[in-house]
Formats: sequence, C-alpha cells, structure tokens
Amino acid sequence: MSATASAGPVKEETPFRRFAREFAESKLAVAGLVVVLVIAALAIFAPFITPQDPYDLAQLDIMDGRLAPGALNGAGTMHYWLGTDDQGRDMLSGIIYGLRISLSVGAGSALIAGIIGSALGLIAAYVGGKIETLIMRLVDLQLSFPAILVALMILAFLGKGVMNVMLALVIVEWARYARTARSAALVERRREYIEAAECLALPRWRVLFRHLLPNCLPPLIVIGTIQVARAITLEATLSFLGLGVPITEPSLGLLIANGYQYMLSGKYWISFYPGIALLVTIVAINLVGDQLRDVLNPRLKR
Amino acid sequence: MQFSFRAALRGTVLTGALALAALGLTALSQGARAQTLTLAVSASPTSVDPHYHTFGPNESLDDHIFTPLVKMDEKSRPVPGLAESWKMLDDNTWEFKLRPGVKFHNGADFTAEDVVYTINRVPTVANSPGSFKIYTKAVAGMEIVDPHTIRFKTNGIYPLLPIDLSQIYIIPHGLGPNPLTEDFNSLKDAIGTGPYKIVSYQNGNKAELERFDGYYGTKPHWQHVTYRMIPNDGARTSALLAGDVDFIENVPTTDVATLSKNPKVALSETTSLRFVYLWLNRSHQDAPPDVSGPNGEKLDKNPYNDLRVRQALSMAINRDAIVSRVMENLAIPTGQFLAPGSYSYVPDLPPAKYDPAQAKKLLAAAGYPHGFRATLTGPNDRYVNDGKIIQAIGQMWSRIGVQTTVNALTWPTFIGRANKLEFSSFLLAWGISSGEASNPLRSLIHTYDKSIGWGAVNRGRYHNPELDAMIAGAMKIGDDAKREKALQDATRIAMNDVAIIPLHIQKNVWGMKAGLTYVARADEATQAMGVTPVKK
Amino acid sequence: MITWLLRRLFQALLVVLAMTVIVFIGVNVIGDPVEILISPDADQAERARAIIALGLDKPLWEQYLHFLYGALHGDLGRSFVYNEPALRLIGSRMPATMELAVTAVLLSIVIGIPLGLFAGLKPNSFFGRAAMAGSILGFSLPTFWVGLMLIMVFAVQLGWLPSTGRGHTAELFGIQWSFLTRDGLAHMVMPATNLALGNIALVLRLTRSGVRENLTMDYVKFARAKGLSPTRVVFVHVLKNIMIPIVTVIGLEFGSVIAFAVVTESVFAWPGMGKLIIDSINVLDRPVIVAYLMMIVFLFITINLAVDLLYTVLDPRVRLETKE
Repeated sequence: MSATASAGPVKEETPFRRFAREFAESKLAVAGLVVVLVIAALAIFAPFITPQDPYDLAQLDIMDGRLAPGALNGAGTMHYWLGTDDQGRDMLSGIIYGLRISLSVGAGSALIAGIIGSALGLIAAYVGGKIETLIMRLVDLQLSFPAILVALMILAFLGKGVMNVMLALVIVEWARYARTARSAALVERRREYIEAAECLALPRWRVLFRHLLPNCLPPLIVIGTIQVARAITLEATLSFLGLGVPITEPSLGLLIANGYQYMLSGKYWISFYPGIALLVTIVAINLVGDQLRDVLNPRLKR
Repeated sequence: MQFSFRAALRGTVLTGALALAALGLTALSQGARAQTLTLAVSASPTSVDPHYHTFGPNESLDDHIFTPLVKMDEKSRPVPGLAESWKMLDDNTWEFKLRPGVKFHNGADFTAEDVVYTINRVPTVANSPGSFKIYTKAVAGMEIVDPHTIRFKTNGIYPLLPIDLSQIYIIPHGLGPNPLTEDFNSLKDAIGTGPYKIVSYQNGNKAELERFDGYYGTKPHWQHVTYRMIPNDGARTSALLAGDVDFIENVPTTDVATLSKNPKVALSETTSLRFVYLWLNRSHQDAPPDVSGPNGEKLDKNPYNDLRVRQALSMAINRDAIVSRVMENLAIPTGQFLAPGSYSYVPDLPPAKYDPAQAKKLLAAAGYPHGFRATLTGPNDRYVNDGKIIQAIGQMWSRIGVQTTVNALTWPTFIGRANKLEFSSFLLAWGISSGEASNPLRSLIHTYDKSIGWGAVNRGRYHNPELDAMIAGAMKIGDDAKREKALQDATRIAMNDVAIIPLHIQKNVWGMKAGLTYVARADEATQAMGVTPVKK
Repeated sequence: MITWLLRRLFQALLVVLAMTVIVFIGVNVIGDPVEILISPDADQAERARAIIALGLDKPLWEQYLHFLYGALHGDLGRSFVYNEPALRLIGSRMPATMELAVTAVLLSIVIGIPLGLFAGLKPNSFFGRAAMAGSILGFSLPTFWVGLMLIMVFAVQLGWLPSTGRGHTAELFGIQWSFLTRDGLAHMVMPATNLALGNIALVLRLTRSGVRENLTMDYVKFARAKGLSPTRVVFVHVLKNIMIPIVTVIGLEFGSVIAFAVVTESVFAWPGMGKLIIDSINVLDRPVIVAYLMMIVFLFITINLAVDLLYTVLDPRVRLETKE
C-alpha cells in the first residue's frame, strides 16, 4: 500500500478509504468480516451472555450429563439448548467459552509468530551474511522438530494451559513465516525498485520495512491466514492427543475431541456443534484473509 | 484456457480412479476366514520374550504361545497349567507335580529341567524394564525329584508361590545358556507349549498365530489367529463395526450402550480385578502446597491427617452417579479392593454411603465449617474415563464446600510427580494380579519400607504400624481359610481408617461380531482360545 | 559448491547436537521412564535394578557422553521398551510412514496444482469459486476429525473401505509395502487422503495466488503479445515462475506431513513411525525419541538442500554463492 501510495500522485481518496472500498467489493468477505466481529464479540463478552460458567465445576451437575439439545436441567431452571456434554456442561456456554480460547490461542499465536518470523526472515534476506546463516540455521533447527513433539515437550515442561499452548504454537510456527518471508524477499530484493531505493540512499530499515516488507506481504498473508486456522486445528489436535488446554476449561478443539467418543453412540451434539462453531469461525477468518490478500497485493492492482 | 481445466480434470479423474480401484478390492480373502479369527487388542506387546517385561499386553500374547506351571482361570483362581497339582510339604518346601506327555512347539518333551532352566533364566534377562524376578525371588532353591516332580525351597512360609509362578511362562532348556530377547522377537526362540505357534510378529502392528496340533489341552477352535494392535478406542470399535476384525478388547464405555443394541455385535463382560481409588497424601504434617483455606489462606496443618476429613471426602462422592453417568454402568461401586465372590472379599464392608449433609457436618467438626481449597490431580490418558472421574468428584467435593481445582495430566508427567509425593489428593487404579487382598495390602497400604520391599507404591505414605503387623502376620499363615480371615481383618481396618478412598471396580468388556462368544476374564487377558462360535 | 555443501553439513551437525542435548534434558525433566514401564507389583529393589539396567542411575551428562560415544560408533542406543536398537526399530516402521507421506504429497500435487491453476485462471467461474471454497474446508477441518468421519462414512456406514491397518503387504527390496497389493492399496486410500487434505488446499491456494499474480506481470503480456499460444504461456512460463513458492512449501510440508502422520496413523491404526514416536514419548523411551529426531533432522536437511538446489534451477536469479 505504502509503496504505491508514495509512488503515485495522491488521489482524493485516502488510502484507508480506498482499502475499505476494495475490500467491500467482495460481499462474501464482508459477510465473513461481520461473522468474525460477531464471534469476537461473543468471545469477549462470554461471561455476560452465557447461561452458565462452564469452567466452574460447582455449576455443573453430572446428573445432567449427555442431555440432548433442548432438555431441561435437573433443577428445572434452565434449558440446555444445545445439549450437555458428559460432565453436564451446557454446550452453548461451553462453545462460547471455547470460542474465546480457540480464538485467542489461534489469532494470538499466529500474530506473534508472524511478527517474529517475518521480521527475522526479512532481516535474513536483506542483511545476509552471518546473521542470515544464524537465522536460517535456527529455522532449520526449528523445522527439524515435528510440531507435535515440540508442543509435547513444552507442555510437559510447563504443564497444560492456554498460555503454554500459545507459546508452543508460536515456537512451532515462527519459522514458517521466516522461511517464506526470506524466500519472497530473496526474489524481491533483486528487483529494480529496491535497487532504486538503495540508490536513493534511504536508510536500510526504511528499505526493509517500507519497501521490501509490503512487497513480500502477499505470501505472508496467505501463510498467516492458513496459520490462524492451523493454530486452532493444531490446538485441537494437541487436545486429541491428550495435551493442550486443561480438560476443565475446554477449547472448541477439546470439545470436539471429547465429543468424538460419543459419535458412534449417536450423541452427535457433543462433537457436532463445537465442530460447526469451529468451521464457521475458520471459514469466516479465511474469507476475510483472502480478500485482504487480494486488496493488499500491489501486483494485482490494475 | 480450457487446457487447464482439462489438466485439473485429469488430476481429479486419476485420483478418483485410484479410489474406485481400491474400493472394489476389499472383498478380498473372504473365503479363508471361516477358520481365522482376527482380533484387536488395545495395547501393543513390547516383546515376544515372555520374561522380558511384566506388562499385561505381553502376557495376553504369551498366553497363546507359552504356558506357566499354574494358570489363572477366568475368575483369576489358580488352576493346573503345566503342573497338575501342588502342595506345601513343610514351611520351607513346595512340591509341584508336572504334567506328563507335554510337547514344546519344537517337539521337545517338557520336564522338570525346563522349569529349573526357566526360573534360572528369569533374573538374567538383559535390559529388562520390569523384571519377572519379583515373581521368582521367593524361590530360594530348586530340587528335581524326578522328571515330573519338582520342589521349591522358600525362606519360611510363602503361601503365594503358586500364584507368583502363574506369571512365569516355561521355555525349553534346549534354547541354550543365554537366549536373547531379540531371538524371541525374531521368533527363533519363541517356542512354548501353548495352543498356538507364533509365525510372524511386527511390533505395534500384528502377530500371526497358527494352531499347534501337539497341544496337550483342549484344541482351540481357530486354525489361524491374526492378532492386531489398535490402541485408538474409536478406531478399534470402528474396525469391529466395519467387519475388519471379529473381536476386540476394551470396548470404550461410551460405545457399549449402542453396541449392545446392534444386532451385528455381541458383547461379553465381567467384573475385573482393577479398582479405582483416591489417595489423600499423608506425608505432610503442614498443609500440602496445593491445599489452602476457603479464601486461599495457608492452613496450619494437613487436613487429610484428620479421619473426619477423609470420611467426609469419601461420603461426598456419589459413587452410583459416577458408575452410571461416567462409567455407563461398566463398573461397580466399591468400598474395598475386591469384588464380591473373590477370595478375601469382606462382606460387611459396603461402599461409603453418599451423604453430603453428613459430610459437611464432619468437616465442621474437624474445624473446616467453610471447607477448604483442594486440588484433585489425576491422569487423563491412563485409566478408563480417568479425567472424567476426577472432574465429577471435583463437582461433588465442591458441593460440600471443598472448592476443588481439578488438574488432569498426561501419564508420564503425572506418575513422575506422584512418585515425588507432589500431589495432595489424586486418582490411581490398581489391578490385583494375584486376585486376592494381600497384593494391594502389601504394595499400597503397608508402610513404605525399602528393607522388606513392601509399600513400594504407597504414594500417600499411609502409615499404620498395627496394620503393618497384621499384614505381615497374614502372610505367614499357610492355611487358606485362616489367611482369608486375616486378610479380611486387615482390609477392614484399612478401609475404616480411610487409608485410600475406593471408588469403583471396573468391568472388562469384549466386543465381537454376532455369532461368537467369549469367556470374559477378570484379569483383562484377551485369548483367542476363549472365543468360540455360539452353539446352535 | 563443495565448500557450500561442507558448510551446510557442518551446520547440520551442530543442529543435531543441539537437538540431542535438548531432548536429553527435556526427557529428564518430564520424568523417569522406569516408573512408567515397571510392573506395579515391583518392589523398591526391583525399581532400583531397572533404573541401573537402563543406565539411568548415572548423572545426565555421563549418560549423554555415553550416548555420544555410541553415536560416533553408529549406535544410537537400544529402546528402553523393546530392548532393540532404536534405529532398527524406527527402520522397521519407516516404510509404512513413507509410503503414506509420499502418497499424500503426490495427491496434493496431482489434485492441488490443476485445481489451483484452474481457480487462478478463471477465478470468477463457478468451479474456480468452488475450488477455493473447498480449499477453505480442506484446512479448516482437524485431521483427526476428518479421519473419524471418513471411517464413519466409508468403513462403518457404507462398508466400502477397510477402516484400519495396512492390509496385506508385499515385499520389495526386502521391505514390506502396502501399495503393492490390492488390499494394501485399499487400506491406504483413506489415511492418504486424510493426510493429503490440508496440503491439497495449501498447494491449491498457492498455485492460484501465484497464477493470479503472474498473469498481471509484464512478461506474460509480452509473451501473449509475441503470439505465444496460451497453453505455452501458462504451462511453461507461468508454471515455472509459480513453482518456486510451491516447491518450497511442498518440500517443507513433506516433513510436517511425516509429523502429522502421528495423528492419521493413530486414527487409522497405521503402524508407522509416527505412532511409534507418540508411544515412545508416552513412555519416555529416550533412545527412540532421539534416534527418530536425528533421522527427521537428517531428512529435513536433505529436503532443504534439495529445495535450495531446485531454487537455482527454477530461478536463476537466486545463486548459491550469494548465501556466503
């Protein structure tokens, strides 16, 4: 954006307005954005909207376990509109709280990993030399460990927990951004505009972050979009393998993993509704990400 | 740009064809199945060497290939194996009469020499992560009277010798001075007297077994057994439903209700020897680090050292709810180690009655009118529904004012920290290999004592010298009836003192395709020999 | 070129060393394998004996030096659980994983690139949109959940495909393979598809975005202006240019496919090394964990080398020498 903005004559439209207009060209993406915002709001205000605090064991009653959607609770005071899981946890409350955890784990880890990874990747490509070697060896080291194992090690060191899962995901994912950023930047830095910028004797950090970075963004955004989904999925997978978040505070992934045990016995709601929530979330995030990529990609500009 | 479309199409068609080709092929090898049983176990054996690792899944496989002197029947009572009879000659001598006319898979005759050879080999197995020596260490000497009579010397009365020896599978002395575990795994030395010969073994995947025609006992129904290992619960059930396997062990509790209604599937269940219980850590005099007052303040003493608190916590647990809701009725509530009908079961020791009101009173009497904060820890990948059980108990304890944080850990982390006595209250389960109460009394309840090797897994560090003396006394009684009485007395004292909080005893469930039946075993072993077509 | 290779190998060695140290410390922190493996009936003396038998009584640094000494002599230690050389154990499980991973990667190329090309060339057509929507689903669904759904539908409900295991295997080069028999192939369909799903989506998206970018570039306009056939423009010029990120990603993904095989293998009871490693972690079987990781590192280094070399072939602007 900034590269084009500084290159061309300033139009009447501000860059942000133009960005918004181009983004709005896709109705699907706008719908996705609305859904993401709604989900984010649900997640943030979860304690005020859910009928039950699903993480407070004292509010659960095992005698209400595995009730079908719409059932009344044992005390006759509330309905479980989406049924309950094996602990008598209201699935609606569980899903909203689970969204909260999955979203923060997914987005948080992708963002942190993206910032760290892209910065290191760009620096490696642009600066070269010993620093590049060091960074890329670190990347190799990181990518030499299967993600699952790294996560297991970290979670074994620190125990289960939301922050620990996030930390594990950042450590697992940063190297992908670094590699992608570097391979994009290796090609980009040979292009004329970088040479031109260097000829103008612009400061190196300026060339790096104002010129190189925006032009390396498209692949990074593609990866980033996928990574949010992947982080949420990986978290679910860790839960499936018995790690991840604590069983008393299930994320969407853990709800699905728990519910899967009941798929063969026909108690579909324990796994099905969290699955739907997860799908909707990820699809919405991806729709937004897709459109962002198209809008942000300077080379797709006519 | 139609070419790209064509390319895309080509790719799709190719994969589709691949998938379709594969589809048609599944109807393979249906014919040869009449004589073949394909079964799936839930855990992989670690070796074919019967003396390498004391591990249930190994013993399940070994039961097909090898035979011990004494076998355990489906109710875990000792019955003749390679020994026809046994008796205690005096306080220091057991005599075993061996079965004549038994052949090994390689044609060699079974004699007392093989017994001596086997018992001598057991402690020499290299790199064993869990040696069978614990079952042979009572043998102080051996004496071959004739080829079919052997005497074992013990240091003083040792009534459990036949039961200990039921763990020791006999191998032929023709294997030479030092048979290696690898030679068993490569099947070169995997020679026993069991009903099946092992013809192939891929660890973690499957073993192939072929009926041994020279077997001394009842000929098993199946000519060929494919012994598959499918640890994932869902995958194992699916394999049964899809007809890939005929027989599975450890049917997940969540699927039992549905499977029992499925006309294509039959189930077989029995009460096991595995009881699930809670420890309340007694090693601390001050409050344990994960216990605090109702508002998070430090407590001046360990509440679990007060009998009233222990009773209250036991009473607060609705065992019937756990059994029906969490275990889906695949367990029975218990107040002791063993299920009714077992040797040394105590008839007058029912499960603690669920009584939250009384529990609150007891807590108040003990000086905790507003309860306290506790942490209940447990594994969530080890025992049947372990993570769900501790959550349910967390709910129940919270209702009597004990605000409980539930902490579920993976097994490696959990057991390491449990051994370091880091948890104040935690869940474990215990499978009674001997089928009687002396085993849990010695291992769990007896004071932790390195010098005699008792109390080795007393992870709550329960300590009661009077009870220790009773346990030691019971072990010196040769007469089975009198020893049973002594073991019952010891059990009663341990339970009344709430040394542990027993929760329930698991049931073992096997699933099979309709038309088969299985003699369900208390000891969890899965044996192709026990699977037969239903007689019409 | 030779110095560059030597340098990379030296760096690889450092990586392996660092990794082994981390694993040694990591496993040590988690706990004691003896406590996991030993019979519950064992007394204190037997527990102490087992610790000595596995060499775990010595200080950690001494255990590590002992491991290094063995490694220099080509011995990565014996599995605590199976008492077999760790490498042999992994070797016996590797073919199962490899055939699954290679099939999955092939599927992702064979399906992902054509669909991606189509979606890139005709982004607004129905199929273009459908492919993109499908790709979103492809990586939105957790692998284990898809695996279970596949089993539910194709094995349990329809009974078309076998649910678990490798099926019949046939021998080639002294190794058992599933893809050589009809039954084995049938067993592979679901796990390979399951494993490939995420990568199909990834390749599809990368191809599509690559095509869309390149089509607006000057060289495409020139090529068209020159009168080159559209076929040639797309399949020679555009494809060549978009191959760089795709090769990188497929190369990198091959490793993560092997890692993610852990999940697929446990859902489909596929007896590969992914299942072995998860089991080994669960019982803290350190020699197997270390040997597995060393092998994975070796594999990755090979892949990275190959990717870097392919760079120079695909994009002459990138030269190895520039890497210092």
